[in-house]
Amino acid sequence: MATVLVDGQEVEIVDGERLNGIQAAARVGADVPHYCWHAGLSVVASCRMCLVETGRRDAETGDITMLPKLVPGCQTPATDGTVFVTKSEKVVAARAMVEEDLLIRHPIDCPICDKAGECSLQDYHFEHGREERRADLKPFTSRRRELGDTVTLFVDRCVMCTRCVRFSREISGDAELMVVNRGAHEEIDVFPDFPLDNKMSGNVVDLCPVGALGDRDFLYKQRVWFMKSHDNVCAGCSTGCSIKVEENQDKVYRLKPRENPHVNQWWMCDEGRYGWKHVHDAARVTLPRRAGSDGYENVEWSALPDELDAQLCASKRVAVVLSPHLTVEEAYQLAKYVRGIDEQALLVLGPVPVEGEDESFPSGFTIRAEKCPNRRGVEEVIVGLAKQLVTWDDFRGRLNDESFDAVWVTGGYKTDWNDESDADKLSSVPLLIVQDTFASPLWDVATYQLPAATFAERDGSYVNYADRLQSFEWAVRPPAGVTTEGQLYWRLLKSQGLYNSRAVFDEVTRELVYFTAAAGVECEFGIDLKVNQLAAT
Amino acid sequence: MKADDPDIKWVEEPQLGLSGKMYAPMFVQGLATTFKHLKSSLQGKGVTVSYPDEEPSIENPLIYRGVHRLNKDSQGRVKCVACFLCATACPAHCIDIIGIESPWEDREKYPESFTIDELRCIYCGMCEEACPVDAIELTSLYNLTGRSREEMIFDKEKLLSVYDATKDTEPMQSPELGGTV
Repeated sequence: MATVLVDGQEVEIVDGERLNGIQAAARVGADVPHYCWHAGLSVVASCRMCLVETGRRDAETGDITMLPKLVPGCQTPATDGTVFVTKSEKVVAARAMVEEDLLIRHPIDCPICDKAGECSLQDYHFEHGREERRADLKPFTSRRRELGDTVTLFVDRCVMCTRCVRFSREISGDAELMVVNRGAHEEIDVFPDFPLDNKMSGNVVDLCPVGALGDRDFLYKQRVWFMKSHDNVCAGCSTGCSIKVEENQDKVYRLKPRENPHVNQWWMCDEGRYGWKHVHDAARVTLPRRAGSDGYENVEWSALPDELDAQLCASKRVAVVLSPHLTVEEAYQLAKYVRGIDEQALLVLGPVPVEGEDESFPSGFTIRAEKCPNRRGVEEVIVGLAKQLVTWDDFRGRLNDESFDAVWVTGGYKTDWNDESDADKLSSVPLLIVQDTFASPLWDVATYQLPAATFAERDGSYVNYADRLQSFEWAVRPPAGVTTEGQLYWRLLKSQGLYNSRAVFDEVTRELVYFTAAAGVECEFGIDLKVNQLAAT
Repeated sequence: MKADDPDIKWVEEPQLGLSGKMYAPMFVQGLATTFKHLKSSLQGKGVTVSYPDEEPSIENPLIYRGVHRLNKDSQGRVKCVACFLCATACPAHCIDIIGIESPWEDREKYPESFTIDELRCIYCGMCEEACPVDAIELTSLYNLTGRSREEMIFDKEKLLSVYDATKDTEPMQSPELGGTV
């Protein structure tokens, strides 16, 4: 146990924990401004914004000896007896000087800069900078250079913190970025003919403390202060990165990673970052329809649950295909509902899309080949209720010699997931309910076509490949005409009021052993369900 | 603020003098003011104008808050840089902008579309105040009429044409602080 003194307050640091001055100060709520330091990157101590006073306290006498000069907090380890002073006159003056220096060459184009509103330079200048500017107001605009397909560089806005350069060397590993020239002429650049095109390139935009690196996909789409941020979980692959969905008036504008030490640290991949376009795809199906004698006719959502209930209750043999894009709560509700109608109802795990192989980066960040967020969760719901797992391929095989009176298929995939042969096999089923986001061959032979929600519209929990369960709430409302799966199943189960994913999850933790570790616990980083498995064995 | 706050200055009600206690002199004094105003309006010195037969005169058109205009820069391009600060400042949420990358070398961003709902606007002038490049200004045009609600939603072209119509009578207020142009 080490004791550090920050601004007169004692901070206890447990053995094995390695903190620097900035982190130790954060423990007592003292905010030390910094540009170049990032918890996920190596330390260069080049921006000098985190300068603090430091010294040592003698363990025996308690006397404090301070160093005469200021030191960068990011580079000073917090060991037993270290003293940090973060608010003294000397420190405040140093911060104002650094701010003034950075702003000498920084263009005054905040009104058109996409970072304005979430910019460290703006915030720190407001908090620590001088009230008056002594340098000329030049330049007004910034030179621009494309670094790759995803990222653009506004050269003059850069404060040379080199976070992006270190990211490309240490985290993504391709080292495309470098610093060219020296002194006041330093600039970030890529090597000729080697653009920034790795699969984690979008992270450099989040890392950039100023508006130098811009996301080309998001550029000029929305001012950041108009957007609301919602905690969510990426549905792109089975890693299940913690993300933030940023939206304004039910339109998603961008996804950003959310820090989660157990899953994605501070990063996310470009596939996930830009993988939300299907949410606002014009081709999305938005109306529930019923097959009639002459084509499909629209059905009212208000009448639909009763109608489906009557039709399903008249069926003897029922099967339900639970997509790995459903949340645990939705899968459980639907499975419970059909099991209530047919005790032996077949619960099938929907097709699990796999593309290529797992891709790992030097930092350990991995993009999984399994392109769905909740295979583990849906699997465990099926195993918990039916005691055996039937996969999509098994189900296709069983269709050859078994017949079902009703089949409910859930989709929600971004890409084509069924073909004509699936449609042929299922077209003979008297009651085929297909719930999906896009039309497909199977959709075209359905008795009932029900529009489904996407990840940003769902409420519930996903379980990632490593059995970590993360809960989230909806970020945007589904397009007009779409009712989320959770809400429809809630009504089919004749539950009162609006869909409450938390109430369903409480029931899941009571009913299914696999989920009991999460009973009554809420954690922003998710809950490790393996803890419970170890206890059971 | 508490009752014993040192910043509070307590004022006593003035004591009435003899004339005040007698009531009638004060009554006459009040009526005298009424007749003074009556006399000046009978002489035609009043502020009331018989609009629309008579147009009111606007003392300083530069500070009057009427219909908006979008200013043009020296090359005739829209001066607005689509920073959304006017839309942010607008308490009536009547400004809608779509900003995109500009087609010009020396400018980074410009408004592809810029619409103001003149019916929803409360003419407070906050947009003018917020604009960092003096692109949006309120003119002295006050007699705004239209036949439909749609007609009163002014788009970029219409707002620029207001500039053309008023630029001679109402020059730009601070062209030397042109910002990014």
